[in-house]
Amino acid sequence: METILFSLLNGVIYGLLLFMLSSGLTLIFSMMGILNFAHASFYMLGAYFAFSFTQVTSFWIALIFAPILVGLFGAVVERWGLRNVHQHGHVAELLFTFGLAYLIDEVVKIVWGKNAVDYRVPAELDFPLFELFGAQYPAYRMFILLVAVAMLAALWYLLKRTRVGLIIQAALTHPHMVGHLGHNVPRIFMAVFGAGCALAALAGVIGGNYLVTDPAMAAFMGPIVFVVVVIGGLGSLEGAFIASLLLGLLQTFAISVDANFADLFGWTGLTATSELGGITVASLAPMLPFLLLVLILIVKPTGLMGDREA
Amino acid sequence: MSESALAISGLHKSFGPAHIIRGVELDVARGERHAIIGPNGAGKSTLFNLVSGLFKPSEGQVLMNGRPISGLAAHEINRRGLSRSFQVSNIFSNMTVRENVRCGVLHSMGQGYSFWRNIGNLKAVQKKTAEILEKVELIEKAHMPAALLSYADQRTLEIAVTIAGGADVILLDEPTAGMSHSETDRAVALIRKATEGKTLLIVEHDMGVVFDLADTISVLVYGEIIATGRPEEIRGNPKVREAYLGEEADEQPIGGAA
Amino acid sequence: MSDTIANPGQALAPSRGEKFRQRVLPLIFLAMVLALVPLMAPSRTMYSLLNAIGINIVFALSYNMLLGRGGLLSFGHAVYFGLGGYAAMHAMRAIEAGDGGFWSAYPVFGLPLVGFAAGALAGAVIGWPSCRRAGTAFAMISLGVAELIAAAGFMFASVFGGEEGVTGDRMNGPELFGLSLGPVGEVYLFIAFWTVVGTGLIYGFTRTPLGKLSEATRDNPERVQFIGFDPVRVRYLVFIIAGAFAGLSGGMAAVNYEIFTPESLSLHPSGFVLLMAYIGGIRYFVGPVLGALVLTVMQSMLSDFTEAWLLYLGVLFIAIIMFAPGGLAGILFGTGAALRRDGLRGSLGTLGVKTCGIVLSFLGLVVLIEVVVRWSNGYGEVFEPFGLALESGSPLTWALVTVLCAAGFALLRIAARNTNERGA
Repeated sequence: METILFSLLNGVIYGLLLFMLSSGLTLIFSMMGILNFAHASFYMLGAYFAFSFTQVTSFWIALIFAPILVGLFGAVVERWGLRNVHQHGHVAELLFTFGLAYLIDEVVKIVWGKNAVDYRVPAELDFPLFELFGAQYPAYRMFILLVAVAMLAALWYLLKRTRVGLIIQAALTHPHMVGHLGHNVPRIFMAVFGAGCALAALAGVIGGNYLVTDPAMAAFMGPIVFVVVVIGGLGSLEGAFIASLLLGLLQTFAISVDANFADLFGWTGLTATSELGGITVASLAPMLPFLLLVLILIVKPTGLMGDREA
Repeated sequence: MSESALAISGLHKSFGPAHIIRGVELDVARGERHAIIGPNGAGKSTLFNLVSGLFKPSEGQVLMNGRPISGLAAHEINRRGLSRSFQVSNIFSNMTVRENVRCGVLHSMGQGYSFWRNIGNLKAVQKKTAEILEKVELIEKAHMPAALLSYADQRTLEIAVTIAGGADVILLDEPTAGMSHSETDRAVALIRKATEGKTLLIVEHDMGVVFDLADTISVLVYGEIIATGRPEEIRGNPKVREAYLGEEADEQPIGGAA
Repeated sequence: MSDTIANPGQALAPSRGEKFRQRVLPLIFLAMVLALVPLMAPSRTMYSLLNAIGINIVFALSYNMLLGRGGLLSFGHAVYFGLGGYAAMHAMRAIEAGDGGFWSAYPVFGLPLVGFAAGALAGAVIGWPSCRRAGTAFAMISLGVAELIAAAGFMFASVFGGEEGVTGDRMNGPELFGLSLGPVGEVYLFIAFWTVVGTGLIYGFTRTPLGKLSEATRDNPERVQFIGFDPVRVRYLVFIIAGAFAGLSGGMAAVNYEIFTPESLSLHPSGFVLLMAYIGGIRYFVGPVLGALVLTVMQSMLSDFTEAWLLYLGVLFIAIIMFAPGGLAGILFGTGAALRRDGLRGSLGTLGVKTCGIVLSFLGLVVLIEVVVRWSNGYGEVFEPFGLALESGSPLTWALVTVLCAAGFALLRIAARNTNERGA
């Protein structure tokens, strides 16, 4: 019982973290038609910037300023990089973001080193919040939950209830028309790209010390975030939300299941000592997102809730 | 002569709640030159997409030479002898003019998805390609990359690739769109030459071209055919005048000299 | 003249002389160059480098069948390289076991064919669901598949050998052409042979109906339907053939390195072959060849000179995407065309300015990167090019960086403006 409850809680938190990442990616894709390969790299930059901030000041300063810095960097990348590549076509744009991810990875390795850095949960939040079934649940995880929900709410409010949000929503599907109405579409693009990167960085700030902060984190998170966005339906925020939670829960539960293939498929004669039978469900957990991705792309290429084909 | 080249019956197409094609009945005889005219938004391109297999009908049937083609994949329909051109030039922009036509010729010369033969050695393919290039008068520009052609030449190439496969039902979607007067005249002469002996279904806005080329005209308004007949009949038809000009223009006959 | 009337098609085709010059001659040239190498008595390191280049040439060419000639961006092409290599590896062990039967009589020299078959099979199975869509969906499926198979690589130790991989010994079984494949010089001949064969076949493919249809599908899949072909089927067939040639290069690698690990299936080599093809230039047949050459040399030699060689690679990639989308081949051919058009004296000006601009900016970048690398290492090491001590704290260093980069960019802007003015 306790495993289920804890897995549920952890799965939701992981899912919300995934959503923080995938929401930015979805916004960027919807508006500009580019799948930003470097999105997870901005997540990584957020974590590393926060780490450097915490070396000199408090976590709370990092929480505010790291995302802002990364967001500005993202805007610069859009203005002077992506925009110039746009004329060369979709493949070139995709490859540009791919190269950018590569570049950011290398720079991080050079500046901060190849090993994980000790980015820790701040002392103020490092205490057990409650006890359930004899096991303690750390407060920091609740903090992640709070920040994620707050961000979600703010995003929803911005998009659905403000004028800026209205313009952005319109530009999501009809950028030309919005341009004709007198709005500076390139500037909107730059702002949305920067905001998307800032959201990714925020996820990095609060997730980097919860998970691990090392140069491989972008390469690890990146493909999973793509899976989420594609499964949820390219361009659909609601879809990304559902897919994030789904994947978060699925992976968390899979890891906690203590069974192997022989247990599940023993009726076919598979034994636990054979190679196939010995594979545990837990070891499959990293593969689950991609399995789902391939299945969904074959069966329903528009994803769960999207209406645009990739 | 018993079967018409194209027989469309009870054709409907909806996209969600939008009912675009509302019950089209159309018969095109073999060898006929049939024009479809109508105001913008009437559904002419949708109709073409339905007939050529890019869309599946919500209801209804399309028969070609007596056999049903609705619901088949586009390339299947093409193999049965129907070819079409597009309103926006749909050519292979990174290949030369000659390579464009050569690709168009491949299937009719019996070349499938083969990868063991050198395309340069296929004499029949070369010959047919040259013939078509001569016919459309693009042979001088055979080695130009298609993307560098002038607009009118691209439209001509479009027609060349359309007829390259030897289809006997040809659908042309606004072939003279955006052309100047002299270019249009040349295009009409070309179309007449290229579609000799074939069945032609053409969507056009230029009335001059329509009255020049067509044996029969159908008028498509709001997804329905409101009139079909010889050019003179259509000219005098009050329903057509109403559709184009509104109810007040009762006194004036539609343009004397097109 | 009567020739034209008899067969007007012939007049359009390039003449026999032209065909020989443009198509057959380069291949003969390649074969000759490769054959002459042993006469220069290269060192072992040189031979190893050449072998790696040969393998990568075939690998990159196979990738460009998808990207440049098919319009299909794949992030998982190393899967076919790896599966082909593993198949060849297991075949090698079977030859070594010498139990009698089929494999005992099979020469190691022919193992690339085993890789070819395995790559084709993998392409057929994986390609079937992947090829229904092009564009971003195709790229995403290829990514998902690559991750799946890379993960599976570590799971099934009996096939993939776990972390240590599968090893073999190539000096077994019947010899072909009197080559025992022991010394690296003989392995070079083996690699050279298959490089020429692979390159020749892949080039030949571009001259077939399917090759032309693949290019047509890249340009306009809708139109392909209306010349009677199914674009999905075209993509699928090309996918299988590209997988086959990737497997061929995997087989070559199996014989060369005598080891295959699950790492070879992963996203890393998939990304590397993408870089090779794109940097070389995907719009030209020789592009991937050039890219393979340059990047393999960078990989083996540059890493001796600097820690940050991957960063330089990344910068090169981004620079190509932004400023030279035709790749290195595009730059070469473009310069050639400019030279032919404007003559040596005419183009020397702009060319000179451009080259100086690139060199200066590059030098500035090098100083910046090398100084930062040493600073972050924290050992107090100082970057000392040509005896000039460039410490991270000293203003000289930063002044140098700024001047070099500013001068370089300024020159490049001038060159760009000149080109624009001439409407070139």
